Amino acid sequence: MSQAAILEARGLVVERGGVKVLGIPAFRLEEGEFVSLIGPNGSGKSTLLLTLMCLLPRAAGQVLWRGAPVATGGDAVAHRRRMAMVFQEPLLFRATVYENVASGLRIRKVPRAEERRRVGASLEQFGLAAMAGRSAGMLSGGEMRRVSLARALVVEPEVVLLDEPFANLDLPTRQGITDDLERVLHETGAAAVLVTHDQSEALRLSDRIVVMQRGEVVQSDAPAAVMNEPANEFVASCMGMETVVEGTVARQVGGEIVMAVAGREISAIGTALPGQPVYCCIRPEHVTIDTTNPAGSSSARNVYPARIDGVSSMGPYLKVRLDCGFPLVATVTGESFTTLGLARGRQVFASFKATAVHVIGRAC
Amino acid sequence: MDLFEEGFAKALQLLLALDPEVLGITLLSLEVSGAATAVSVVVGISAGMVIGLSQFPGKRLVVSLVNTGMGLPPVVAGLFLSILLWRSGPLGFLGLLYTPTAMVLAQGLIATPIVTGITIGAVQGLPPALRLQIQALGATRTQQLWLLVKEARLPLLAAVMAGFGGVISEIGASIMVGGNIRGSTRVLTTATVMETGRGNFDVAIALSVILLSVTLLVNYLLTLVQQRERPR
Repeated sequence: MSQAAILEARGLVVERGGVKVLGIPAFRLEEGEFVSLIGPNGSGKSTLLLTLMCLLPRAAGQVLWRGAPVATGGDAVAHRRRMAMVFQEPLLFRATVYENVASGLRIRKVPRAEERRRVGASLEQFGLAAMAGRSAGMLSGGEMRRVSLARALVVEPEVVLLDEPFANLDLPTRQGITDDLERVLHETGAAAVLVTHDQSEALRLSDRIVVMQRGEVVQSDAPAAVMNEPANEFVASCMGMETVVEGTVARQVGGEIVMAVAGREISAIGTALPGQPVYCCIRPEHVTIDTTNPAGSSSARNVYPARIDGVSSMGPYLKVRLDCGFPLVATVTGESFTTLGLARGRQVFASFKATAVHVIGRAC
Repeated sequence: MDLFEEGFAKALQLLLALDPEVLGITLLSLEVSGAATAVSVVVGISAGMVIGLSQFPGKRLVVSLVNTGMGLPPVVAGLFLSILLWRSGPLGFLGLLYTPTAMVLAQGLIATPIVTGITIGAVQGLPPALRLQIQALGATRTQQLWLLVKEARLPLLAAVMAGFGGVISEIGASIMVGGNIRGSTRVLTTATVMETGRGNFDVAIALSVILLSVTLLVNYLLTLVQQRERPR
């Protein structure tokens, strides 16, 4: 085993009303590491954060700080004072912006001169200096989130736990706050665990992504690995693999697997036994749409005639749902969509490379 | 209408002349009700915080009892305390009956459920995750309670006002355990009843005006403190 992680959990079990809601055999957060927790509502992400912060009773297991178990009572208070947590709601005090940001320092009885210096610097970092004297209740949603982040980071925590702190914010505000957070974490070297439903946010910020389902960790890996090699179909869908179709391995040809999917064949790179049930996962950005058959001009192994079943806007991109015997989702830019003259009901050709297909074994 | 006019004229006269007896009665009213409110604030806010923040079997029953206590008739409180403090009663050896201390206890008994009930509501009205946030900031148990009290200070000030309003205006308990003894336990309410019984309506009206003015002044000061806060 490598050196002790800054924060660790072993054999963690949390129950609610006698029902197990969290079961984590092992969780490690290394020095300066940024980990994102992804999963649907009720998958235990927030419960894990609260348990790491020693804010929830454990039915079993240990939380360790640099290898030393954290007990309850005063030890838990000392444990929390090394960390900071930001909740989904800003949960600001009925006080000024300055007093809110200073609250963690006052709890730690930091001398007033030091408090003024640190709060002043934190307000600057988060663009709040001009509103230090304003009542927190009069701020906008985005400003409240900034105050909440400043309050957490002003205590110079070694670990920051972030429970969807950017939820329900408009995109530019969210982007600005995320940039500020990223910069401050980089400057301080603090480790962080972020709960998010936004895979692009997780991919951008994280050193590691942990995918959770029903209180358990399904996959914990580097962002590229979770993105391109999901452990199962659940992780695939969590990470934006819009196309997850069931198939069966028809044959193995060299390093290539050919799978039967709804009367069609899909080629992928890998090895598998004929007859094995599988899931074929394809990211929408790996699918190309053409109005003429690209078989001769494209290196894509998988080319299918398809009909456009639906189109939905995703800001600068359009998500195009195709029917090519099996459902397939592609993303195209608005410009491409117009240039190609695409429309709902139009017949087109969909293609993707064998390397774009991720194959996951499936139980019969 | 003459009675009212005479009453208000008399009140003005008594106030302007700083009548020593009226002044004494007014000060005793403030002392007794102020002390009873202070007792109820300490006991009621503590009990309300504990009940509001804890989970225990029978919590709903306890909250129901407190809510019922908010409407406790002063005469019932007075009767209960009279029996306790009666010379031959369980606490008779203390010799407190017909003293201002007994009146403070009786009024405290009336105000405490009011303060407790409003405190429970105030604490339960705070965002549920706020307590977790305060703990996450590294607060000790004492710091948690203090920060929660600070957050609930607007409804808690309303609790203080309701408690004070409930006791400064009550008469049943004060007359039963205080006895309306001149120069010792006579307060504005008991004196008003006595003067009305004697047909001295002008003095009774004067005492009522003073009582209303005192209540208005105290509540105005508390409201000033409360409304200094901007709404969220």
